[in-house]
Parts: sequence; C-alpha cells; structure tokens
Amino acid sequence: MITLLSTWTFGLALALVALGVFVSYRLFSFPDITTDGSFTLGAVVTAVLLTAGIDPLLASLGGLAAGGLAGCATAVLHAFLGIERLLAGILVTTALASVNLVVLGRSNVPLSGAHTLLDRVEGLLGPALVRAGLSASGAGEAARLAAVLAIVALAVVVLWMFFRTQLGTAMRAGGDTATMARALGRDTGGMTLAGLAIANSLTALSGGLVAQYQGFADVQMGIGMVVWGMASVFLGAALVGPVRLGGALVATVAGSVTFRLLVAAALRAGLDPDWLKAATAVVVLAALVAPRLLSRGGHARTH
Amino acid sequence: MLELTDAVVSFASPGGPLVRAVDGLSLAVPAGSFVVVIGTNGSGKSTLLGAIAGTVRLEAGSMRLAGHDLTRWREHQRARLVGRVFQDPRAGTASSLTVLENIAVAACRGRRAGLRWATGRRLREEAARRLAAIVPGLETRLDQPIGSLSGGQRQIVTLVMATWQRPELLLLDEHTAALDPAAADRVIQATVRIIRDQGLTALMVTHSLAQAAALGDRLLLIHRGRVALDVDGPAKRRLTADDLAERFDALRRGDQLDDAAARTLAEAYV
Repeated sequence: MITLLSTWTFGLALALVALGVFVSYRLFSFPDITTDGSFTLGAVVTAVLLTAGIDPLLASLGGLAAGGLAGCATAVLHAFLGIERLLAGILVTTALASVNLVVLGRSNVPLSGAHTLLDRVEGLLGPALVRAGLSASGAGEAARLAAVLAIVALAVVVLWMFFRTQLGTAMRAGGDTATMARALGRDTGGMTLAGLAIANSLTALSGGLVAQYQGFADVQMGIGMVVWGMASVFLGAALVGPVRLGGALVATVAGSVTFRLLVAAALRAGLDPDWLKAATAVVVLAALVAPRLLSRGGHARTH
Repeated sequence: MLELTDAVVSFASPGGPLVRAVDGLSLAVPAGSFVVVIGTNGSGKSTLLGAIAGTVRLEAGSMRLAGHDLTRWREHQRARLVGRVFQDPRAGTASSLTVLENIAVAACRGRRAGLRWATGRRLREEAARRLAAIVPGLETRLDQPIGSLSGGQRQIVTLVMATWQRPELLLLDEHTAALDPAAADRVIQATVRIIRDQGLTALMVTHSLAQAAALGDRLLLIHRGRVALDVDGPAKRRLTADDLAERFDALRRGDQLDDAAARTLAEAYV
C-alpha cells in the first residue's frame, strides 16, 4: 500500500517535468535538453537553501526561479544568438553541470536534518489522518501525496488559465506557426524566452520536490529527464486521444503517473533498474516512430 | 500612403554572383489604392513584398508608410501597420488553435497581449458576425481547430484576421495560388469585398493574368527588380489578360536578346 502511494507521489512530482516538456516540446516544438540540467538545478538550489535554514516554501520557489533562468539562457542562445535548438540546450546543460556541482559543494547532499515542504504538510495533515485510522507511516505517505497532488493541480490550473489569456494564446500561436505570429505583430523571440522560462521553472520545481521527497539532492539526478517528460507526454496523449488544451494538460499528468506505475510494475517483474533509462528511451523512440510506420505503410521517414 | 525610395535587395545565388532581386525600385502608393503586382518568376515581386513586410532587409533605400519611417522596423513591428496573407494557408494561421483563438491573436495586433481572457463573449459575437457576412456558415466553426478548414476557408479567415484591425497596408502574396479554381474565386471575391468595404490600401501579387486584368485600380509589372510597366486609371481598366500576356512575351524575347548579345560579346572578347 505504502509503496503504491509512493509510486503515485513520485509520478505526480515528475508530472511537473512532463508539464514542462509539454510546454516546450508540444506548444513550442522545442526539444529542450535544458530539462536535464534545470531538474538538477532545482533540486540543488532547493537543497542548499533548505540546509541554510530557509523556509521550505521559499526554498522550493528559489529552485523554481533558478530553473526559469536556465530556460531563459537556452532561449537567448537560440532566439537571439541563432544557435540551433538542441545545441542551445546542450550548451546550457553542460554549463549547468558545473554550476550544480559548485552550488551543491559536492555531488550528493542529504536533507535529513532539514525541515522540508513535505514535512510541513505531513505535520499539518498527519494527525488528522492518523485519527481517521491510518498507520503513522501510512498517514505520512498520504500527506506527502496530498501535498504533491495539490501542487500539480495548481500548476495545471495556472497553465490552463495562462495559455487561454491573450498573451498565452499568442504564445501558443507563435509556437505553432511563427510566420503567423510575426505577421500579427508578435515577437516570437520573446515568446520562446517566456515559454522556456515557464517550462524549466516547472521542471526545476519538480527537481526540488523530488529532492525533498527522497531526502537528498544529487548532481546526477536530472539525467534523462527530458526523455522521461516526453515519454509521459506521449503516453498521456495516447491515453486520451486528441483533446483541447485543458484535456492535454491533465493527460500529461496522467501519462506521468501511468508511466511511473508501469516502471514500478516492470521493476517488480524483475527489470534491472540499470536498464530503466534505456527502456524509457525505447518507449519515446517507439512513440516517435509508430505514427510514421502506421501512416507510411511500413516505411519510417525522417520528415 | 506607401513610399518606397531607391530600394535595393540582393541575394547571393548559390555558387553564383550577387543577384539584385530588387534593383533601385521606387514606388508611391496613395492611400486607398488597390495595386496588382505581376512579374515573371524571379522578377523580384515576392522579394518586393518581403521587403515591405520586413522579412528581407533593405540594403539601400528607405520606406515610409502612413507617416512613419519603417526602414529600420523589424517584421513584427511593421505588423502594427501591415496586414498580410501568404500563399500557403498554413503560414498565416496556427493549425492547432481553434478558429476563434486564431482570430483572438489577430484582434491583439498592434496592441500588447495582456492577461485578459483571449476568447471572450464579445470577441465570439464579433467574429461570428464578420465571418457570416463573408462566408455564411463559417461562423459555426469558431470552436474547431483551424487545421480542419479547407485551404480556401483558411485563406478567408486569414484575410479576416489580417484586416481585423484595419491595416494601413494589406499585402497579399499570391494568396490564391495554392487553391483550386473554385476556392480561388471565392477567396478573390472575399478579398475584393473586404478591400472595398474597409477602403484599404492593398498590394496584391498574383500569377494569374486574368486576376491582374480584372482586379485593382493600378497594375505594376516587375521585371529584373524594377518596375517595367505601371498603369492606372482608364488605361488599367482597358487592359486585358491578352495584353498582359503579350507584354510578358516581349519581356522574355528581350531577355533572350540580351543573353544572346552577352554571349556574342563574351565570345568576341575572349
């Protein structure tokens, strides 16, 4: 029971990465490698702020802001200095590997002594859940799940509302067809900046939450996150089919949780955890190739 | 009033010399004129439109529109004053957004896009009214992705979007070339109607000599980056598609003579 709850909590915390990738990849067609670096950056900044005794809510928001800046850096490289999308992300992520190590001071920092955001929610909800009949550890896990669920729900609602405003709609239009947005007076460079800032803020918030949930920050923890996010986005889209913006956001969250549940099942069935990232990459590859195989009568094409 | 003075745009042709696509071209278009632009392939007519829209940079010369010097304005800044419809229906609309969401973006042209709801009730009513006035039935599709519309319908929505806020200049870049003849006719009818009703200044590039003869109150024939023919008033009204076809042939014969002369000279001096 507790491991199932924990799988849900983890899947929901990583759903913020999936939402970030939804924004960068689906709305802006930007395969944003920065995701790997900004996930770690969020974890590292949050961890350092927590161990310095900063309020956990502020520490989490600090991680989020750092991720937003990383997204801005990639957007500036691409939109204003003309560097290719993938390369812009690679450059920023490579630089972030050093930044993360310097900020954290060493490659791994435990948060055992720090009071985390999840501890705080556990302190608020735990006693009530125990009175309702849950065991102490069960109540703690349920409270953490509730906290992460609330944050993800808030993120979905805020994204849904923002991308339906004039500014958000113009950004979606620019991500879809840049010629159209420029012809209607929108600066697509500025939009890419805002889009990647939003995407990487979400990713970094996820990193901060995961660090607080698992009780440590590690400079390696972001590796493969962009592929994880894509897998979740694709899986979510496959679960619900074509839907409007709100449905697609919820589907992305569902995709992340479902993917985490599948991973947990695969591990229980005996998958060597070392193969997890390779398996994720294969899922994304299959999702990218399958539609072409189906529509081109067996011949995959690059374009 | 659009004023282009001594405009020059060059391209490096692959492996060849610098080609002057627009070669010292000057043009004055008074407010309210509907100018049709024709020219052979590679004549520079699309580059001319791009130079006005800001997609290609003027190397020399200047451009003024409605009292502003636009020479150094970037593409999205010029869009405050200039409405555009492209040849490819997909270029002028965002496929994954609904018809109404596309119109919402157009409704913010020339203004800051703020944090207000994009698709409110007033915009919806206004959009339904304007679409129904041009193509009855189109207003029922406001909530469908614009990618589900036919090419012709999409061009008509793009026209409505480009003119939602009255532009100082409307640029139409072969906007019926990708459509079947029936759809092209409907788009042309909508174009003429919108230009007339709003009293717009418009520049329309077309491949169709029939359209060029029938539409507009002035005709420009562009050749080798310059204006080879500029007719308006009664002379424009008398022009037929056959007259234009003859003009084209004459230009082509002139080119061949030029090429032949150049070869002869080259052979004589090598």
